[in-house]
Amino acid sequence: MSDYNFAYLDEQTKRMIRRAILKGIAIPGYQVPFASREMPMPYGWGTGGVQVTAACLTPEDTLKVIDQGADDTTNAVSIRKFFEKTAEIAVTEKTGDATVIQTRHRIPEEPLGEGQILVYQVPIPEPLRFLEPRETETRKMHALEEYGLMHVKLYEDIARHGHIATSYAYPVKVEGRYVMDPSPIPKFDNPKMDMAAIQLFGAGREQRIYAVPPYTKVVSLDFEDHPFDPSKADHPCDLCGAEHTYLDEVIIDDDGGRMFVCSDTDYCAGRQAKGHRGRLSPTEEAAQ
Amino acid sequence: MDMQSLSGGFTNPPQDSSRAFRAALETLARPGTIHDISGAKAPAPVSEAAATLILTLCDPETPIYLAGAHDTQDIRDWVAFHIGAPIVGPERAMFALGIWEALSPITAFPIGTPEYPDRSTTVIVEMEALRQDGMRLSGPGIKDSALLALPDLAPFQMNAGLFPLGLDFYFTAGTRLAGLPRTTRVSDLMEAN
Repeated sequence: MSDYNFAYLDEQTKRMIRRAILKGIAIPGYQVPFASREMPMPYGWGTGGVQVTAACLTPEDTLKVIDQGADDTTNAVSIRKFFEKTAEIAVTEKTGDATVIQTRHRIPEEPLGEGQILVYQVPIPEPLRFLEPRETETRKMHALEEYGLMHVKLYEDIARHGHIATSYAYPVKVEGRYVMDPSPIPKFDNPKMDMAAIQLFGAGREQRIYAVPPYTKVVSLDFEDHPFDPSKADHPCDLCGAEHTYLDEVIIDDDGGRMFVCSDTDYCAGRQAKGHRGRLSPTEEAAQ
Repeated sequence: MDMQSLSGGFTNPPQDSSRAFRAALETLARPGTIHDISGAKAPAPVSEAAATLILTLCDPETPIYLAGAHDTQDIRDWVAFHIGAPIVGPERAMFALGIWEALSPITAFPIGTPEYPDRSTTVIVEMEALRQDGMRLSGPGIKDSALLALPDLAPFQMNAGLFPLGLDFYFTAGTRLAGLPRTTRVSDLMEAN
């Protein structure tokens, strides 16, 4: 027995969060207000995602936590340990084995299936916030489906840079109604949001929960003459050779040398285990 | 107060309610699917599925409307002891429980406001049985189309037309649960063919 209530939160709080999640599922892309609790970690470390995960976990679940695609960064490790201690659930780094995946700023490369839940950590849930700081006004804009301002912003990008310069937290329209912030995932991940798994978004500091049910239309905003482009670095992964994954650029010496590696560590390791090799992979002899 | 009102709660509330919530989440996110949900027992005629659902989602902050034969002193006592939710009329209800005939007309329930469409009633409809036939469902959560036997057609079509406002439904029978959010478009299988 753990000294904590199952999954840390008290039952009354979980009921309140669960009701918000269900209304979020019923109104895809709409931000449901909820009474976010203080968590034993600072805002910005995924307090919203942790509360959503805590409300969803059952004792039979297997949890995976990633931060920018990696399972072994501080944020991911501490959240995983938090739930190992407070919910005594199984954890994994393998995307396919997980039933609940909490993520900060990435969608795993391996397609998610039915029976999986993807929980996003969200810093600023309101896509219109940087265009209109007043909550009363943005709420009215969502109510009236008044999203002209967002298109003006994207147009100004084109006028200034020749293309839409927004490369992460790229706004999407969900099921033809609500414009939604997909959290700061790279726009490379946007097309994956049309998926078979349930997607839940938690913003702890801003006290909002929203959701995208499976098989829901998620369209990245664009213009006919400037269609959405999910761009990525023009390189293969230097460790596994993948040409279809989102890459991190890593500086490797003082002379400007650099390498590109998959941001999804589990996917990259899986490919290497299957024998895929990249430009900087250790040779077979060196590995032995 | 009858002793029956004091029993029938969860054996292990955190674990039991977490499993019940996942069934509620899966059924609402995938309309047309039917999941088992159990663990709580309320006085008749409340089904085990409906009892488990309200015990998982309701508390003193969620006014409940008990419709028709579901509004008995035994059930009121059970709700008071296990949940503590105020019993109210349909116009103030966050949750409503009853059979379809008793809940109709569903226009009495709050459907949310344009700025807060989430402030609408979740309606729990007790059914004789749940079957995957009858009406054709499409919309978010459904890959192509799904089938579910509904107690009526027009009210659900009207409700879907209110989106983003509208009511969200759960259907319960025995220990079985199905969900129908406001986003689901409903058509008659016979007419569609």
